[in-house]
Amino acid sequence: MAQDEHKDHPKYMTIFWWLLGLTVAEVLVVIPDLPIAIKAILLIGMACSKAALVAIYFMHLKFERKTLTIIVLTPFIICVFLVVMLMPDLTLDARLDGIEKPAEVVDTSAH
Amino acid sequence: MEHATTLDHTEDVYEPSLTPDSLGKLGMWIFLVGDTMSFGALLAAYAALRAGAGIVGWVPPDEILGINLTAGMTFLLICSSVTMVKALESIQSGNVSRMCLFLGLTIAGGVIFLGLQAYEWYHLITHGLTLTEIPAHGLKSDVISGSTLFGPTFYAITGFHGLHVTGGVIYLIVILIHGLRGRYTAEFNHEVEIVGLYWHFVDLIWIMVFTFIYLL
Repeated sequence: MAQDEHKDHPKYMTIFWWLLGLTVAEVLVVIPDLPIAIKAILLIGMACSKAALVAIYFMHLKFERKTLTIIVLTPFIICVFLVVMLMPDLTLDARLDGIEKPAEVVDTSAH
Repeated sequence: MEHATTLDHTEDVYEPSLTPDSLGKLGMWIFLVGDTMSFGALLAAYAALRAGAGIVGWVPPDEILGINLTAGMTFLLICSSVTMVKALESIQSGNVSRMCLFLGLTIAGGVIFLGLQAYEWYHLITHGLTLTEIPAHGLKSDVISGSTLFGPTFYAITGFHGLHVTGGVIYLIVILIHGLRGRYTAEFNHEVEIVGLYWHFVDLIWIMVFTFIYLL
């Protein structure tokens, strides 16, 4: 059965040209002075597309059971969650800027 | 008697493996899922340190890192992924010599990648990017300033990936030696597919590292 599935493999050179095209596009996106948010969306979108092409076609996820695909996707979702979890710490300085600092405590124990 | 019946029943409902053609493949997938978390944690830490740099700021990576060289390294790893799938395709059709040729090309791609990375590290260290300092002059600006955490995070992430490439090259050499000794046939080639999974993963991670460390 596995041998039959392998006969359906895609044309690897087509995937290669897609990967090459996306890599060139990534480098081109960096050259103009675009706003960082637009640049980030474009670059992360292209990087995820390239990663998906490698996983689906080169690593043959397309021909594996769907359960395996779900298991493989889980750490990527957890990684996004990991960054979100760190956000409170990252924005701590900005949030504290607007808060008045408490008055300095005077040590009176020496009297 | 009753016990025997229970055993027979258990065999009937036996759950098939996620990768029925090879348990080794399942083992490699489990390793890769764990390794994804290792890289994910490193990249999340990089994002946290960069976003939390505060008033010190973070040096734009293109002031320190050369994009052209690493774009070439990315191209090289993509090419080596293609030669890897070609090696697997060759052995699946029973062509051992073609498989060995493509495995050799994949190994060459990995070795050149490591050579380029060593060159890049040497260049960056001599220009002042160390674990505690950033260079005084940028590629675009005369004077640059920012968090000195740029160096350690850069070396930790690219170094960890470089270790994976080194491991992959050694792994591929072992498989090539087995191939030259005639271990693999059109029917028995799962070990080639498993080393391929590892090598493509190294490529996939580099795609992410290239984007997050060099381009963003």
